[in-house]
Amino acid sequence: MTTIAEMPAGFADKVLSAQSTFRSVMDAMARPGSVQRVAASVGTPAGMMRGAAAIALTLFDHDTPIWLDAAMSATPDVARWLKFHASAPVVTDSAIASFALIGDAANLPALERFAFGSSEYPDRSTTLILQVDSLTQGPAFELKGPGIDGSALLQAMIKPRDLFQRLSINEALFPRGIDVVLVHDDNIVAIPRTTRLIASGV
Amino acid sequence: MNAPTYNFAYLDEQTKRMIRRAILKAIAIPGYQVPFASREMPMPYGWGTGGVQVTAAILGPDDVLKVIDQGSDDTTNAISIRKFFGKTAGVATTTSTTDATVIQTRHRIPEASLHAGQVLVYQVPIPEPLRFLEPRETETRRMHALAEYGLMHVKLYEDIARFGHIATAYAYPVKVNARYLMDPSPTPKFDNPKMDNCAALQLFGAGREKRIYAIPPYTTVVSLDFEDHPFTRYRFDAPCALCGADNSYLDEIVTDDKGGRMFVCSDTDFCEQRQAAGHHGTESAAPHKEKAHV
Repeated sequence: MTTIAEMPAGFADKVLSAQSTFRSVMDAMARPGSVQRVAASVGTPAGMMRGAAAIALTLFDHDTPIWLDAAMSATPDVARWLKFHASAPVVTDSAIASFALIGDAANLPALERFAFGSSEYPDRSTTLILQVDSLTQGPAFELKGPGIDGSALLQAMIKPRDLFQRLSINEALFPRGIDVVLVHDDNIVAIPRTTRLIASGV
Repeated sequence: MNAPTYNFAYLDEQTKRMIRRAILKAIAIPGYQVPFASREMPMPYGWGTGGVQVTAAILGPDDVLKVIDQGSDDTTNAISIRKFFGKTAGVATTTSTTDATVIQTRHRIPEASLHAGQVLVYQVPIPEPLRFLEPRETETRRMHALAEYGLMHVKLYEDIARFGHIATAYAYPVKVNARYLMDPSPTPKFDNPKMDNCAALQLFGAGREKRIYAIPPYTTVVSLDFEDHPFTRYRFDAPCALCGADNSYLDEIVTDDKGGRMFVCSDTDFCEQRQAAGHHGTESAAPHKEKAHV
């Protein structure tokens, strides 16, 4: 049983840390493929990276059902920490989640299990927060779309390796779709539903 | 005694989270109007409550804020919003377009081109471009879902049938990223081309109508038109009387009760920068003429 005293802390400065983290996420979303840094210091429950924890405290609250994958829910630490710091309800049905926290991205469930939003309300979709192995090294992905001047090059170690192939459903579904935030330590990269893969190499 | 203080940038944290989530969805779906739980602000609707809420949700202590109203830094609306954030967030303010990191605007886009890293926040009165053609929200929502925008083309065609040209001069409809029809807020259509492939992030907030929408940087924004009636923008056919600029959007200033008028840049910062650089206009009146501007 974790007591409150043993629980990892939240933000040291709730207001300004949330603001700076949000600006990093907003810049990431506005410039897909670019690596942004989360500067705020934040406590992390076991299994959660700093970037993911900071995003959780910035965007989650009682209005946002959260879905945790098997890795995140292996111990009750993450759910308990989210409940204490963000008052966010943790749900078992991924199709109603506003955000899904994926600790073990290799076992990412089929994207159809998350909410795509409706044609009238495409904003009612799940945002995936995916922890990956690296956002600075690894295979190269060439991206295009709104927010990108020409093309953007992302080097990342991403599991599942076919993530961008799976995200190509966004093209057919648009304006419905899935937005993804990739996290490694305190680096984040956003892949909104408008971003398309031009080429991937090694 | 502790004097009561505001939370940083006035809004409470829960409200900011809600607005921030809406902004992220707005960026992910360019041109789509995201509903949000707009709050009452300490200013009346129509004074930029939507823009103020968006600005409050993104603003940080390191930001430099510029506020313009019809291009001007020194009208009541611009000054009071600038003071509001000076007081509640303690941020630095500026009138320089280049120095600002966040620019809140009412009905103009600055003449100086914006650079990457800047955020332009528009105050929007009526976010729905189809509202005056179809009053039912359920119907306009369906039309956006199906990308059924024929009605807007009919409206522009009726302009041509009645006036011989597209007479819509402001809030001129645009298509964002080849998908969503969007109202650029009541900016003159002179400014429409500046939204296309802009390096800065553009956010739109409508407080009374409770909608937020966005154009990410480097996104295609096309003004609707016809092959035989291509989009044209107009400006008064005169150089600015103060700085001599012949490429800026002009305001008409009435100078006496005998029909005297002069034309000056609507963007006060642009005009002042040019004057400081040694450019001067005639400072005299000009006849009223309009010309297509290319």
